[in-house]
Amino acid sequence: MTPNPLAPAPDVDFDDAGFVAAAGGDWYDVADEIARLKEEHVVVNMGPQHPSTHGVLRLILELSGEIISETRVGIGYLHTGIEKTMEYRTWTQGVALTTRMDYVASMCNELTYVLAVEKLLGITDSVPPRAQLIRVLMAELTRVASHLIAVGTGGNELGGTTLMTVAFREREHIMRFFEMVSGQRMNNAYLRVGGVAQDLPPDALSFLRGVFDKILRGVSDLEDLLMANPIYRRRLRGIGYLDLTGCMALGITGPMLRATGLPYDLRRDMPYCGYETFDFDVITQDTCDAWGRFIVRMGEVRQSMRIIAQCIERLEETPGPVMVADKHIAWPSQLSVGPDGQGQNPEHVRELLSGSMEALIHHLKLVTEGFRVPPGQVFAQTEHPKGTHGVFLVSDGGPRPFRAHVREPSFNNLQAMAALCNGGSISDVIVALASIDPVLGGVDR
Amino acid sequence: MSKRPKPQAPSTPDPQALQPTPGNPTPAPTTQPPDPLITRHGMFGAPDTPDTSGFGGLVEPIDMPGPSPRPYGEWFDQAIDQLTEHLQDPATAIEKVVVDRGELTVYVPRTSLLDVLKTLRDQPKLRFELSLGVTGVHYPADAGRELHAVYHLVSITHGARSIRLETTAPSEDPHIPSSTAIYPTHDWHEREAYDLFGIVFDGHPALARILLPNDWDGHPGRKDYPLGGVNVQFHGSSVPPADERRRYYP
Repeated sequence: MTPNPLAPAPDVDFDDAGFVAAAGGDWYDVADEIARLKEEHVVVNMGPQHPSTHGVLRLILELSGEIISETRVGIGYLHTGIEKTMEYRTWTQGVALTTRMDYVASMCNELTYVLAVEKLLGITDSVPPRAQLIRVLMAELTRVASHLIAVGTGGNELGGTTLMTVAFREREHIMRFFEMVSGQRMNNAYLRVGGVAQDLPPDALSFLRGVFDKILRGVSDLEDLLMANPIYRRRLRGIGYLDLTGCMALGITGPMLRATGLPYDLRRDMPYCGYETFDFDVITQDTCDAWGRFIVRMGEVRQSMRIIAQCIERLEETPGPVMVADKHIAWPSQLSVGPDGQGQNPEHVRELLSGSMEALIHHLKLVTEGFRVPPGQVFAQTEHPKGTHGVFLVSDGGPRPFRAHVREPSFNNLQAMAALCNGGSISDVIVALASIDPVLGGVDR
Repeated sequence: MSKRPKPQAPSTPDPQALQPTPGNPTPAPTTQPPDPLITRHGMFGAPDTPDTSGFGGLVEPIDMPGPSPRPYGEWFDQAIDQLTEHLQDPATAIEKVVVDRGELTVYVPRTSLLDVLKTLRDQPKLRFELSLGVTGVHYPADAGRELHAVYHLVSITHGARSIRLETTAPSEDPHIPSSTAIYPTHDWHEREAYDLFGIVFDGHPALARILLPNDWDGHPGRKDYPLGGVNVQFHGSSVPPADERRRYYP
């Protein structure tokens, strides 16, 4: 038997061993002091590349044993200066930038932005009813997709891969609908100032009717897997506790706030896009913990499906334009989804080029220069899947924003990490983080 | 678009008359404008001059909506009354009240910002318990008040009412008191406004950069921050910064 070359030789004479032992001075006293205190005080750097931090989030955790004594959050790894970029792009192009902030809930971002620009223009009431219905439909589908990802990835982080596959499977129906309507699965840039980019394709609603029950069945699958699952229940119950006082102080909104029992939902309290005419309930829980937030999200998915069903019915009997009549604002191009993807509608291009010269000039001016927005400042708020989403815009009367700021619920809610985690176990950090459901594209912007 | 008499509106377009001179960047207005926060320079888009040639060297002070007269409408009058009643120094604490597009904006000097915020949060008839954060806006043309900090508050108690507070600081002395003690949620928002606009919130527990690296120079949200171009891997080729590219608009 050959001896292991890496095994230490017995009875080493340190003077002749060929290495120097790093010892001496007063370091024995320091080492003795540490041994006497018996403290396991460790700083753990979690992220920025960690699968359960929902993107590039860095958590700096100070641990005493397994108990967290301090949580600090490092963000900014995805900061690309979207707000500054918006100052150098037209009001219409701003939609394509806001959609990239919280990329899991693209159309909810777009909705707040277009509502803000419409408020600046003073055309809120002239947006056609069919466009408003399509917006509500898209916002609610986005909410379902976002909540499914929140629950699915949160479950995956606890080890339940099936939860993620079920959630993504059902989300895929919604993504296919988005692709059918806007040409893209994510980053749709489909809502436009004054309406939406184009009407729904003829077979879109029948497609949605076809997948409606499949999505509901997938939601039921998720609920069956999770609601009575003792492991999931024990991992979530009492974890990430934040009551109403904490939520108010930290400006927390959305499912986290509703899990404390306060039925604050902007769709009902500050209605926009005709939400006051829809029949739905505001879901609340009073457990103030990760479990309550999970229940609220699943309940909201079902309520969103209720709104979607009403939208489909109303859309079938609401014909009409999907863009304001004002030709100074209405985006002049007509897009169509062809066999090779989204592009200009050939009929529309032919009509433009062979029709009137003035129409072509108007088209060019509106596309290259954009429309002008009267000076002033506005703040629009909507109920985003993550909470209150606000867009603050300042106009100087020109074709681009003077300043655009987005109040991202993810950015704000992530501040609660210390309140949720301190004093808890390190294994519950993942649960607490997943219960906030931050998307780092929105946090960093 | 709000319009006011143009300072110089010659019947025949005189390019020299509208050119800015070094000592006098904008032509002196004959009447005091309500709120010339922004000056736009450019070629096209003049709303009230006959010069459509694009060579006039447009210099146009933009009027933001000015102070509103009473009654403000809706619940605004009552809220302002309540606010002035409970402020320590009501005479100076409210600079002006602007009601525009159905939104209430209260301009306060930075010295009385904390008093106003505390009153808005604590008075039962106001009770703006939810703050949606702070952000900065840079108005280079607003001399002596270049940096604005904007606060959005919501009162859930009184049916989701929204109010906007705006306070200012000169860019030479960019100090505004921190409101983290009143609204702890302002922690990150103030760090972001400091990071991007260089507004120093005095009294913030740890005013560090939040989005940019700690060793970053300057504050990119400001209008005078150079944008920089993009180097591309072709000989002698570069992409100019976004504000220096050919454009079809002012």
